[in-house]
Order: sequence, then C-alpha cells, then structure tokens
Amino acid sequence: MEFRKRFFSDRLAVVGLIVVLAFFIVSVSAPLIAPYEPAAIDVDKVLDPPSPAHPFGTDELGRDVLSRMLYGAGISLKVGFVAVGIATLIGIFLGAIAGYYGGWVDIIIMRLVDIMLCFPSFFLILAVIAFLEPSIYNIMIVIGLTSWMGVARLVRAEFLTLKERDFILAERAFGAGSLRIIFVHILPNALAPVLVSATLGIASAVLVESSLSFLGIGVQPPTPSWGIMLSEGKEVLGVAWWLSLFPGLAILLTVLGYNLLGEGIRDAIDPRLKG
Amino acid sequence: MLTYLAKKLALLIPTFIGITIVCFAVIHLAPGEPTAMQAELNPKITKEAIERMRAHYGLDKPLTTQYVLWMKNLMRLDFGRSISTDERPVAEKIRERLPVTIGINVASLILEFLLAIPLGVLSAMRRGSLYDRTVTVVVFIGFSIPGFWLALICMEYFGVRLGWLPISGLMSPEYTGLSTLGRIGDVALHLVLPVSIAAFGSLAGLSRYMRASMLEIVRQDYILTARAKGLPERTVIYKHAMRNALLPVITILGLSIPGLIGGSVIFESIFAIPGLGQLFYQAIMMRDYNMIMGSLTIGAVLTLLGNLLADLSYSLADPRIRVR
Repeated sequence: MEFRKRFFSDRLAVVGLIVVLAFFIVSVSAPLIAPYEPAAIDVDKVLDPPSPAHPFGTDELGRDVLSRMLYGAGISLKVGFVAVGIATLIGIFLGAIAGYYGGWVDIIIMRLVDIMLCFPSFFLILAVIAFLEPSIYNIMIVIGLTSWMGVARLVRAEFLTLKERDFILAERAFGAGSLRIIFVHILPNALAPVLVSATLGIASAVLVESSLSFLGIGVQPPTPSWGIMLSEGKEVLGVAWWLSLFPGLAILLTVLGYNLLGEGIRDAIDPRLKG
Repeated sequence: MLTYLAKKLALLIPTFIGITIVCFAVIHLAPGEPTAMQAELNPKITKEAIERMRAHYGLDKPLTTQYVLWMKNLMRLDFGRSISTDERPVAEKIRERLPVTIGINVASLILEFLLAIPLGVLSAMRRGSLYDRTVTVVVFIGFSIPGFWLALICMEYFGVRLGWLPISGLMSPEYTGLSTLGRIGDVALHLVLPVSIAAFGSLAGLSRYMRASMLEIVRQDYILTARAKGLPERTVIYKHAMRNALLPVITILGLSIPGLIGGSVIFESIFAIPGLGQLFYQAIMMRDYNMIMGSLTIGAVLTLLGNLLADLSYSLADPRIRVR
C-alpha cells in the first residue's frame, strides 16, 4: 500500500507507466488497429507527406508509415523483453551463487563481472553480431549476454546482507537445504531491485536494438523495426522528414517511458534514494 | 597509498588477461571467418586458395596456439596485421585513429561535467521547484533519445537547412590553406555537433548523481555547523557542500568511459569522423579478425585505465577509501 501510494504520487513515474502501457497495448493490437498492411507497397503513393489517409505519410515504397510503426512497436518490445529476460536470468543465477557461496566462486564470478564491464558493450555486441547472421533472435541473445552484470551485482549484494540474517539462520537450523534457502527465502527479497534494473534494462535494450538496426546489422528488412525505418528514412531526409521524425519519436517515447517507470519504482521502493 | 596502488595494479593483471580471453573467444567461437567473406566476394576462389589464405593468417592452427601467439605479440604491442587489402599493422591503424576518438570523448566529458555539475547542484538546492522538474525531464529525454536520431535531425537542421555547421569529417577541404587559428576554428566547428550530442546523451547520469550527492551532503552535521556559525548560505553551499558532493562524482567518470567509447561507433559513422569507432565498424563489416580484436582490446584497456585513474583520484581526494 505504501509503495502504491508513493508510486502514484510521483507524476513522472505515472507518465512513464502510461507510456509503457500504451505502447504495450499498441504492440499487441497492431494487426487490429493498423490502417494498412505494414508491407503493402503502393507505387502511386511513394513518399506521400502526412495526410488524413496516411497520418504519418508513406515511405519510399509507398508503405504506410503509421502501420509499419505500429508493428514496429512489437519488434522493439519483443527484443527488449527477451534480451532483458536473458540478462536477468543470468544475473540472478550468477549473483545468487556468488553471494550465497562466497569464497572462490564469488571471486571468480565478480572478476568476470569486472571484465565484462570493461568492454564498451556496444563494441562487444557489434563484434559478436558481425559474425552471426544478423537476425532478431541473435540480437536478443547477444544483448542479453552482454548486459547481465548489473543484475548479478545487485543480487549478490542482497544475498550478502540477507544470508546472515536471523531468519535465514533459523531456516538453516531447521534443516532447509541451500537451494530452498536461495530460491524460497532470499531471492524473493532481492526481486525489487532486480525489477528496477530490468525496467531500465528494457529501455537500453530498445535503444541498442534501434541503433543496431539503424547500422544495418540488427533486425533485417522487411521487418518493420523502428531502427530500420530510420535508416531508410536517412536516405531521403531532405525531402521526406516524416520518415525520420515519427519512428525516432516512437523510440524516444518508449525508452523514456521505461526509464521514468524504472526510476519511479526505485524511488517508491526506497524513498531514501529519492532525490 | 603505495599498498593501495600496488593492490589495484595487481588486480589489473588478471582482469587484463580475462579481457584478452573474452576478446579472443568472441571472435573465434562465433561462426564465420574472414576467408568466408573473401570467398563471398570472389565465388571462383578454390578450396586450396582458401586453405592458403587461412595458413597465411595463421587460422589453421589450434585455437590455444593462436591465442598464445596473439598474446605473445600483444606483449610487444603487436596486434598483427589487418586482414584487409592494405594488410597494414593493426597497431599502426589504431594509433592513427585513437587520438581523434580520445580527443572527442575528452571534449564531450568536459562539456558534460561543465553542464551537469551546475545543473545537479541547482536542482538539489531548488528541489521540487519548476526548475528542478524541468531539468529532470530534459536530462531524462537526453538519456532516452537515440543518439543517432538526434544526430540526423541536427545534421539536417543545423547543417543542411540553416547551413551553420559542417556535418561530416573533421576538417573542411580548404583546411590546409588556413592559418593555425583558422585550422583550430575549423576543427572546433566540425566538433560542435558530435561533441554536444554525445554530452547531451550522458548528461542525465551525472547531473542526477550530483543532485543526489548534494542532497545527501546538505543533511550532514557539518553543514548544520557551518550554517550555525553564521556562514553565508553561498559559502555553505559552494564551499562546504559542493566540494564534498563532488567526490563520489569522480567514480562516475570511470563508469562513463565504456559508454562513450561504444557510442563513438555510431557518432563516427554518422559524422564520417575518422576515429577508432569508424575503424571498428569497418573492421566488423569486413570481418577483419585482427582489427576487431585489436580495437576491442584497446577499448577495454582504455576503460580499465580510466577506472584505475578514477579509483586513484578518488583515493587521493578521500583518504578513507584507501583503508577499506
């Protein structure tokens, strides 16, 4: 209750939540609400500026920009959710065993975290993607594999503080096994910061996906990804501003939404951190 | 201080080895070889020719041997030769490009600090005001905006429509004919867009951090003491509070380096700036093994050094850190 009250009194957090929900609804209902087929080519309507028939104009193949963007929302969110899902699972797993077992396991895992944090992640992602076939699935996996370190650190820190608490010692005294203690007693307590980091992670995964697609090594055409639309729009920026403006705004809004939501949850969980 | 330094330096070694292993693994475990790329370009290439090429680049040896060889050469700062038509040493190509990328990133960092620190301090002082809320929204937008998109829009608007700023490269064609001052001005003009866009993107982290740090500090007893002894508010804030609030910000410096280097791929390819990022992007496209490994290693080592520098300056500024 306290949490909900604090969250909803934070105007920016609520805006973030609304944006996130709106894009989520749009992405699942794209086939219903899109006025045109995203891949429908219309040679009579090449690069038409925004009009009542095509509110966001058409692209160089006469495809409806709004329809493509509605479908693009699903692509971005899919990449964001799956990539963050992978990163979170890896992070929880490694963070939990590092924090729970300590000793050598901890040293090795934390060294790995330090090493991975040294890589400019965009460099690393590019390097891996370049050798794989660029596809939506490879992108999800690679973003996931290069962004688990923050979660691992968080979970480890929670485990370090929680594992010495009395209720855990009591569980152990009652004969609970390590797995039971990890998953049933400690992990649920660590979920709040993980949720925050996952929400912020979706924001950055959406950004990375759009950058990769923009550079031509992300999602491949004709899939309507916002990054691809921007890269196609770049070629005709001087004559068709709508091709570059709307998909870019969509990325900005989505990422902003997740960032505001993440910060809002964080502040609501722990008001001491609120500035 | 010396033991602290020694400890930090000793930790660098395993991290560095780890970095090289990750670099090497990434490149060699992923499917697709540089020879495959050349085979694509030239479909008539024979199996024997590919084998010869693999032998030429040392790709026919077992992975561990390749790694040891690569590592041995690395110790002599030899990253091997670029697997491309020019076959120049990787180290040489990187050395040409590195100053550009470091220069631009340092410029962005300076701009970022100059903007973010006052923004953060003022936000903290006027917490909850219209100013504070506006700054919060603006820095969040900067944080969330796709850099490449903002770059495109700015290029189109300031470069093409208004014609105020050059949009590509580092210098104008007439660069060589300019005076020294003219040259500096010319390069500076070319850097306005990439540097300010990069700084805008990273403003959020630092200014929010500064704000939080400042709010934490003004709650401390010594600030109460400073106020109680009748010091003017200005002195309390700018002398007593801000100095202490700035300390933890040093760590942010180290943390922001990988993001900056990673971001340079995008900015350098959009603005056609001949830096490490652009070189890396071209190497990726050509599957130039040695070049990719070299740039990846350099990128990670720069981060490592940046972090070390941040750690050291932090411990110099705050002796309590050394004890921990």
